[in-house]
Amino acid sequence: MSEKQIKNYNLNFGPQHPSAHGVLRLVLELDGEVIDRADPHVGLLHRGTEKLIEYKNYAQAMPYFDRLDYVSPQNQEHAFVLATEKLLGIEAAPRGQYIRVLFAEIGRVLNHIFTNCAFAMDLGAMTPMLWAFEEREKLMEFCERVSGARMHMAYFRTGGVASDMPDGLADDIDAWCDQFPQMLDDVETLLTENRIFKQRTVDIGGLSAEEAMDWGFSGPNLRACGVPWDLRKAQPYDVYDKMDFDIPVGKTGDCYDRYLVRMSEMRQSLRIIKQCLADMPKGPVKVDNHKITPPSRGDMKQSMESLIHHFKLFTEGYHVPAGETYTAVEAPKGEFGVYLVSDGSNKPYRCKIRPPGFAHLQALELVSKGYMLADVVANIGSLDIVFGEIDR
Amino acid sequence: MDLALNDLGELIATALPNEVIATGVAKGELVVNVHSDTIVKVLTFLRDDVHCQFKVLMDVCGVDYPDRDERFDVVYNLLSMVHNQRVRVKVRTAEKIPVPSVVSVFSSANWWEREAWDLFGIYFSGHPDLRRILTDYGFEGHPLRKDFPLSGYVEIRYDDEQKRVVYEPVKMAQDFRNFDFVSPWEAMGAPLPGDEKAEQADDAAGEGDS
Repeated sequence: MSEKQIKNYNLNFGPQHPSAHGVLRLVLELDGEVIDRADPHVGLLHRGTEKLIEYKNYAQAMPYFDRLDYVSPQNQEHAFVLATEKLLGIEAAPRGQYIRVLFAEIGRVLNHIFTNCAFAMDLGAMTPMLWAFEEREKLMEFCERVSGARMHMAYFRTGGVASDMPDGLADDIDAWCDQFPQMLDDVETLLTENRIFKQRTVDIGGLSAEEAMDWGFSGPNLRACGVPWDLRKAQPYDVYDKMDFDIPVGKTGDCYDRYLVRMSEMRQSLRIIKQCLADMPKGPVKVDNHKITPPSRGDMKQSMESLIHHFKLFTEGYHVPAGETYTAVEAPKGEFGVYLVSDGSNKPYRCKIRPPGFAHLQALELVSKGYMLADVVANIGSLDIVFGEIDR
Repeated sequence: MDLALNDLGELIATALPNEVIATGVAKGELVVNVHSDTIVKVLTFLRDDVHCQFKVLMDVCGVDYPDRDERFDVVYNLLSMVHNQRVRVKVRTAEKIPVPSVVSVFSSANWWEREAWDLFGIYFSGHPDLRRILTDYGFEGHPLRKDFPLSGYVEIRYDDEQKRVVYEPVKMAQDFRNFDFVSPWEAMGAPLPGDEKAEQADDAAGEGDS
């Protein structure tokens, strides 16, 4: 019998494929239907955010963070304002801290709803997406009521938040918290014990805790590997140290565990939201230092000093003392870090953004090698890839 | 917390006397400056030493200081989950001096180093696959350097006659506006309000002479 040379098949996956979650171009080398090599080409959504931030003052730089991971914009803002506050040496007003934690958790729910249901849709389950997006819409309405924007809130500010919550919002969020678990249960009846869903996810793309750490994993993807690491517990920021919640962990780190961890995290987020609403103190939502936060509109009409403060804040901005910090928050996707270098001027000298998805996507070859072509889709979906943050 | 970090910094400095230049704690964060050619040894020590156990390399990034002889800082942010601590390792390098790649120590360094190469032109020797990562295919220059203009050098558009995307030199309809906001407004931490402008004028005059 004559020997035949079999050549591996090269396949371009994306950048326009819907299950590529945006603009991922994936060059796959296939041996039959088995993945031999996966080389993600990123950068198709590169907007030069870090460069732009160097030319903007601190207040102008903050809205860029909304546009990184546009599925949960609040959490990125949180990292940047915390970094700026650290360099300025100030702490946000207590009520502002509670509101920030409240909306950071809303951001987490926004993200996990999207991720898990888009993941399910990648695997062929259409219904969860349709059901869950109704809830997402309700959450975005809360964002709109508090900041005026459904997605790109630009609500977290250095020293607190932009403005207080409108009357009645707290009650509405509380009411939403009571009915949301029903939707989670509904989605879980569709997916969690679903035979097709489990066949597509259980034991697919698993990795050990050591591998996950070596590849810089964080967030739910790391916890799915059985590492109980959560920055909200380990290095709490704002009022997370006053919150009582659990950290769900997985066992095998496969796609199914990542899905389960996210599902449980949403229920924990609801607990935090409830506690925030119950414990939130009255008082100002931002620090009372008008060198950093703008004075109220009413003051501006009456007081010359307030008018000057307002004018200077919105032209020059505030100067941040020279120094550098690496500040990280537990964003829904993992550790979102900001390495901020200030030279004492009103603009950041360097603002390095550490997106969690960058590290996760890098490990795609590791988790996909030896699996089938269809499993790549499951891996991309469960690793929670959003190109806004990866390409920056 | 700061005390523990100081101790840790001392421990690292004692264990690696020839590698570490300085350690310090600023704003509750431990910073270790090391010689660039020893970075692999330092990171291996930080990863494996029982008192350090910095198992996760969170981030590698460059910072550009064009006025210095060795213009780039390469910053490694590490996390120890066992001890719940972070450390920042910094090395200095120049345009023509390569930094040893740490992919052999942390697999996650692969893309971070590619990014630093892409955006700053910092060369990592021994990197398995040092391609550009974030910028366009065929991009020239290193955009995050301070001497790279914000607008870049080329812009693209779809040419209807050639039926393809073409690259052209950037044409700005309006000049880039960069306002000078430095003023007598008392900046945070400035000792004498109103003095910043005088100092800057002196500096500018000094630069003009040299």
